[in-house]
Order: sequence, then structure tokens, then C-alpha cells
Amino acid sequence: MRLVKKVNVIAVLAGVATLVMGCQVQNSKPEVAGTVSDSGVHTFMLDNGMKVLVQPDHRSPVAVSQVWYKVGGSYEYPGITGVSHALEHMMFKGTKNLKPGEFSDIIAENGGSENAFTGKDYTAYFQRISSDRLELCLQHEADRMRNLQLNETEFKKEIEVIKEERRTRTDDKPTSLTYERFNAAAFINSSYQQPIIGWMNDLDSMQLKDLSSWYATWYAPNNATLIVAGDVDPHQVYTWAKKYFGVLKPSAIEAPKPRKEVEQMGERRISVKAPAKVPYLLMGYKVPVLKNVDDTAEIYALEVLAGVLDGGSSSRLSQQLIRKSEIATSVGAGYDPYARQQTLFLFDGSPRDGHSAVELEQAIKKQIKSLQNNAPSKDELDRVKAQVMAASVYEKDSVFYQAMQLGTLETVGLGWQKKDEYLEKINQVTAEQVQNVAKKYFKDDRLTVAILEPQEIDVNKRPKYKSAGGRHGH
Amino acid sequence: MDINLMRTIVKTISIAAFCLALVPVASASPDIEYWETSKGARVYFVPSSDIPMVDIRIVFDAGSARDEKIPGTAVMTNGLLAEGAAGESAQVLAEKFEAVGAQFANGSLKDMAWLSLRSLRDDKYLRPALKNLQNILIKPDFPDVAFQRELERLKISVKAKKQSPNAIASDLFFAELYGNHPYASPSSGTEESLQKLNIQHLKSFYKKYYVASNAVVSVVGQLTKAEAEELVNDLLAELPAGSTAKALPEVMPLKQAKTIHVDFPSAQSTVMMGQVGLARGDVDYFSLYLANHAFGGSGFGSRLMEEVREKRGLAYSVYSYFSPMHQAGPFQIGLKTRNDQVDEAIKIIRLELDKYVTQGPGEDELQDSLKNITGGFPLRIDSNKKITEYLSVIGFYGLPLDYLNTFVGKVNKQNKDKVNDALMRRIDPQKMLTIIVGAKKS
Repeated sequence: MRLVKKVNVIAVLAGVATLVMGCQVQNSKPEVAGTVSDSGVHTFMLDNGMKVLVQPDHRSPVAVSQVWYKVGGSYEYPGITGVSHALEHMMFKGTKNLKPGEFSDIIAENGGSENAFTGKDYTAYFQRISSDRLELCLQHEADRMRNLQLNETEFKKEIEVIKEERRTRTDDKPTSLTYERFNAAAFINSSYQQPIIGWMNDLDSMQLKDLSSWYATWYAPNNATLIVAGDVDPHQVYTWAKKYFGVLKPSAIEAPKPRKEVEQMGERRISVKAPAKVPYLLMGYKVPVLKNVDDTAEIYALEVLAGVLDGGSSSRLSQQLIRKSEIATSVGAGYDPYARQQTLFLFDGSPRDGHSAVELEQAIKKQIKSLQNNAPSKDELDRVKAQVMAASVYEKDSVFYQAMQLGTLETVGLGWQKKDEYLEKINQVTAEQVQNVAKKYFKDDRLTVAILEPQEIDVNKRPKYKSAGGRHGH
Repeated sequence: MDINLMRTIVKTISIAAFCLALVPVASASPDIEYWETSKGARVYFVPSSDIPMVDIRIVFDAGSARDEKIPGTAVMTNGLLAEGAAGESAQVLAEKFEAVGAQFANGSLKDMAWLSLRSLRDDKYLRPALKNLQNILIKPDFPDVAFQRELERLKISVKAKKQSPNAIASDLFFAELYGNHPYASPSSGTEESLQKLNIQHLKSFYKKYYVASNAVVSVVGQLTKAEAEELVNDLLAELPAGSTAKALPEVMPLKQAKTIHVDFPSAQSTVMMGQVGLARGDVDYFSLYLANHAFGGSGFGSRLMEEVREKRGLAYSVYSYFSPMHQAGPFQIGLKTRNDQVDEAIKIIRLELDKYVTQGPGEDELQDSLKNITGGFPLRIDSNKKITEYLSVIGFYGLPLDYLNTFVGKVNKQNKDKVNDALMRRIDPQKMLTIIVGAKKS
């Protein structure tokens, strides 16, 4: 029932830089074709403005290929929410050269697996495959970057699939529903208030031409990054990238409107009444991200703060709220420093029987207060740093994850080199800095709270499944 | 927290089902070292020198199939191990792992209960982590306060299942399919069973099942065989030999078709259909693995995905799988669809299953699946994490050491006749269990 990832700092964000603590890896080399960083990332730039990153890893004869586009849920505006994700689905429905589903079939025949994902700030497509078949992926990925054939019949079916996806992910899950409403309440004018999958009403009224125009606006080589990791030769990858992606025409890409969140002027609070059994609490404080902060040290201090609160079973929230006061049955905290816009430092959890969500909220606030009054201990800080250091070694076990990190950083405009700096920056964080960011950002005026208030699960209160347009062929 | 929407749900099935996905090509598989400790624990080791780290996974035949009278016993026993050991509190145990960057996890499924540790290789980190793991494994205290707390938490998660159509459907599916068999009851226990559970149940369960002759240890990492041997010997030195758990009773298949519709106020109806499938080591394993891959096991391109999603837009995800276990695990087909479409979706599944069992896959479907399975083998074992998990499955189910090396050959020996024959003998579309959880039509 928890949405916030337990692993927060540790697994999600640690840099891959180096095996040796304290060994500085700063990468500020200019990005001309063919540079290679100390951490082994090869960077190439194609003439049409597409960036290519290659991270060799020769442990297994496999490769992952990912193409990341700078477009996602936060690029959308009211009325067309969900269009990035809908387009992602339609990207599998054929090009001038391939029939619907044929790209997938080709990958499957070659023993590969493939998928795509849409986030707030990006849309990405990937294949995992035997490294000797990588060229196929690049060839067809390049094809659909510019040659997609959007077809009305396919769209009519696929938009119904997407609505089913929305029902599965959100409408029938009380905690997800609460998160969606919470998010919409927390942000006033920022596009982060919109659900990535889109509001149902927007999906109902979505048309193929919305997708065509979205495709025309954002899908171009100069708005994309190719990332290849695994058992590959970087220069061979570069050669193929030039051959397949290099020939594509760039577009004039206009940056999305900033839609910078206005300053919050007091606590915001909502309740969500839905059929459920267990109450659920979400709290979020507005915090800056690496992309838009004056002092970047604050961001790493917030990361360490998340670690002190919820970096493993020994961290404060588990210790104090689950094991000591026994108010929570589950509790978590987390933060994404790599978002494109101002975001939220989140807390979530469910109370034990006999306690309310409001009591849990008070208990979390008490933990916050304690960090504001007293800096964390040296032991706590050391534990967080040890976990980040170890995670920077463990993550080498997943080629896919390493590629994900490069893709995220590059696509939000931070530059992939931030990955190499992470460990060092975390090591520099002091207890006092952690205390300071807790004081500066964990203020009631920056807070949004949502509480799921379980309602009886009553079969007589059935959802309406009416959907504009109805279904085809039935 | 920001949810990345995927084109399809990546369906994670319990580790018990994992090995179905294994298909090696010659020489790509790791060489597995095997030995037994003096007390009878079985050890599987693969050296991996590239990254300075070590993965250890210890699996016991101590899943919820061993619950006997009180469902929830296995999960609670496993869950209490790190809640107090060798006189140290949960807090101290957690601190000791985290101070050296070690990642500890544990869990319990129907067949197996497990503990895992990932640590840096350097002795400075590895030694303290191992010592801590050893205490948790050998000297759990089962403190009363921790027992009460974890029991309350488990009760809340059992309560939370009632708000999830998926959990309701899954529990009912197993209850109906397995009747009186130990696989029938939910690993989490039920509200009633958890009322009866006490700490003594956990202690006896631990004593009986957490023993060397009931254990499989997998080790992957930057170690020599001698180092791995020493590591495991130290770790298990004080674990009593005990005895191997008795074989579970055989599973009786359903005698006739059965459909249950639970009225639930959700937007979608969750459908789970199936029957008793197969056990590990079944003679039809390879034929049915291949048959299922083409039917609903491979995601896009599978018969079900094509008919239900691609042609009709009825569901986001539709799947089928065999989950081979100690005894016959389920064959299951599932999807979720808007309530008013559920009859149509079920009709399509029944029709397709019927056709598939009587006619088998088309030659092209069979070839596509074979190519995907063989060509994709390297992806299955491309990380230490995956290899560690495979070792556990091979060890736990007593699969041969050359299982990985011979799998592809065995799959390649399949042909349309063998697959059709196995389908006809093993799947009876007239005796399907169908569970639906969703709003009935008013």
C-alpha cells in the first residue's frame, strides 16, 4: 500500500562513479564526438543534434538500447492530458516500413524483449537483446522516430486499452486514487499536477490528430538521446547511430512554457473518500530540485535527509513510528532530485488499527521537528553514506539501470555527468546541512496533505463505466 | 513515486515460476559448483569476479505449504527472524547491516522461505554483515513485543486485501482450485487464523524447518570456491542438521468446471481462470512451457494478447502461465476489463483455449516462440542477481546441475505433435475454474 519507494536514496539515485570512496570523478570535458569519461561513458553528437551515450559492460553478451525523448506528462496542457502516454502506445502500431506490431515481432524473433515508458519529464523506448543483434533495434527505432503511421482504426482500439490501463492502475486502487488527487491539489499552476496517464475525460475526448500533432512537435533527433549499454563497441554503435539516426531531419523544437509553480501561501489539505479498508496518508512539502536551486548542496542534503528518515530499516521512520510508538503499519519518505520542475518531498503511510491518519501525520511531523531541532547523529549520517557508497557498486550489476540513470539526467537537462558526481556530493553533506534543509523546507505553508478516508465497500454503489464514444464493433 | 507508465505490465510471478523462463544456449551458462555441508545443506556457487560484491541467498522448504493448521505461521516465522536475534533488537540488527552498506531481505512464498544478503566483497564490510546474518539465521529470539507488532501489521495487510479486487480473486482462485491441499490457503493467513497464532507456533515451526538438511544456499560473487566454502561453513556452522521436510500431498484436479462471481464495486472486473497445472520435473514440462509461451506467456505476439488486446482493445494486460511447484502448481489465465465487457472477454478466452487445445499452435507460432526462447537466453542470466535466483530454484527443486546447459536442447526437441499431444492430455477446457471479481450487471 506504500507508494513511496522504501529504497529512495539508496537504490534509485546513487552514482556509479567509482569503487573507491573519496576518489573524485569530475567530468567537465566538452562533449565533442567520441569523448569518454573516467566512468566509461562514451559521448557522441550526431550532426542533426542527437546525442548518443554508450556505456560498455562486457560481463554478458547482451545489450540494452534506449531512446529517450524530451516530452512527457508535464509537457501537456489541460484537455490533452495523457497524450504523451497515448502516443507511446501508438508508437508500436506501424510505420511507413513496418506493419502494426511488426517491430515487436522482429525483436521477439531475435530473442529480445522491448517496452516503453512515459514519465512526467520523458518518454522512452527500449530493447534488451543479444548484443550481436543490436543493429536491428537501432534501425527500427530510428524508423519510428520519423516515419510513424498513425491510423484511426488502431487508435480507436488502443485508446480503450489505455482506459483499461487507467482503471487498473488508478481507478480501482484507493491509494493510487489518493495520490492522483493529492498531486492535483498540491500544485496550483505547475503541470506536475496532471496525471501522466491523463484524466479519464481527456482520454474520452482524445483524437488521433492530438497524437499526430504531438508526434510532429516532439519526435525529432534533436529532441532525443540514444543510450546503449552492454557488450558493445562504442565506435560501432556510433557508426550505426550515424547510419540510422544521423540521416533524420531535425526539427525546430520550442521549449515548453515554464509554468513555474507559484509560491504556496498556506497548507493545502484534502480528503479522498473511496471504498477501502485501510486509511492512507500522503504529505508533501514543496522543495527545489537540482535543476532549479541556487545552492546545489541543498539538494544532496535533502537526499541524505531522505536517507536518515527512510534509508533502510534502521532509519528514523521505521524505528520510531513502526517499532517504537507503533503508530504506523507502514511509513515512507522519498524525494526525486532529478525532476525538471519544483517537486515534493513526500511522506506516506498507513496507521495501525486504533490510530488515525491524522495521528500518523502528527507523529511524522514530530519526527520532522526533531530533525529541525537537532542535527542527525554521526552514526546515522555514516550509515546513509555507507549505503550510497555500496549502492554505487551494486548498481553495476544492472546494465539497464545504469542506462536509465543516464537517460533521466540527460532528458531533464541536467547532463548525465551528474551521475558521476553523486557519491562525492553525498559524502560532502554535513549533519548541519541536513538540519538546515529540514528547517528551511519542512514548513506548514509549503505542505499538502491528503487522507484516504475508507468508505464501506458497497456493491450498490457501483461505478459508472459509461465512457464517451462507447465501444467499437459490439 | 512518479509512476512510469509502461506499455504493458511486467508481470512478476513468484520465484517458483521463474525457471520456466530459462533457456540456455551452449556454453553461455555459468558453471555451477555444488557441494553439501557436513550437516546436509546443499550449496550452489558461481564465481563472478567483475564486481567486488557477493550475493547470498538461503532458501528453506518452509513456505506456507508447511503451515498446517494455522495459515500465516510460515510468513510470521520468516518475518520475525530479523526482529530480534542473539539478544540484539531489530534496530541494532538493521543498523549493523546498513552501517556496512549491506542489503538484507527475507520473505516467504507457498513453497519456499528465504533470506538474502548482498554485500561488498571487502572483508571490512563482508565479515560484519555475515556475522549479523548468522545471528538472524541461527539465533532468532522471537521477542514477544515484536511478535505482537508484526502480527498486528500482518492483520492490517490481510484487511487491505479486501480493498483489492486482485487479491480477492487470487485468494479465491487458490482456495477453490486446491480445496484441502496446503496450497489452498493464503500465505498471509486469514483474519481467523491469525487470531489463533502464538509465538510458540513460530518457535516450533522454526525449529522444525529452518535446519541444514532443509536448506539450499546459493552464492554468487567475487570469491574462490575455497572462500565460498569457508563462508558457507562459518555461516551454517551452528545450524542443526534436522531432517528434510516430508513431501507434500499430491494435488487432485477439479472434477468439473466452476464459476464464481464476487460482486465488488470496482470499475473493472478481474478475471482469473485456470486449473491444476504441473509440478517441477514433470515429463510434459518442456512441451507445455513452449505451448504456453505462444498462447499467453510471451506478452505481445501471444495468441491471447492478439485476440483480446490487439484485435479488440478489451484489456491492458492478458496473460497465461504455468507455475510449477513442488506439487502441481496452477495453470492460470487472467485479465481485467471494464465490467460490461467481462462476458465477452471470458467468451473469447474460452474459445481460444478450446481451439488451442484441440488444434495446438500454428507452425509459425511455434517457430516464433522457439526463436524467442533460444535467442533470448543470455538475457535471463545477465546479472549476479538473476544467477543467484536461478541457483535457488535449481537447488530447491532438485533440478540437475546441467539444467541450464541442457534446457535449450530439450526445448528444441519439441515439435507440433508433442506440444499438441501434451495440451490434449493436460489441459481440459471443460473443467476450468473461473473467478470474477467486479460489479455484476444490475
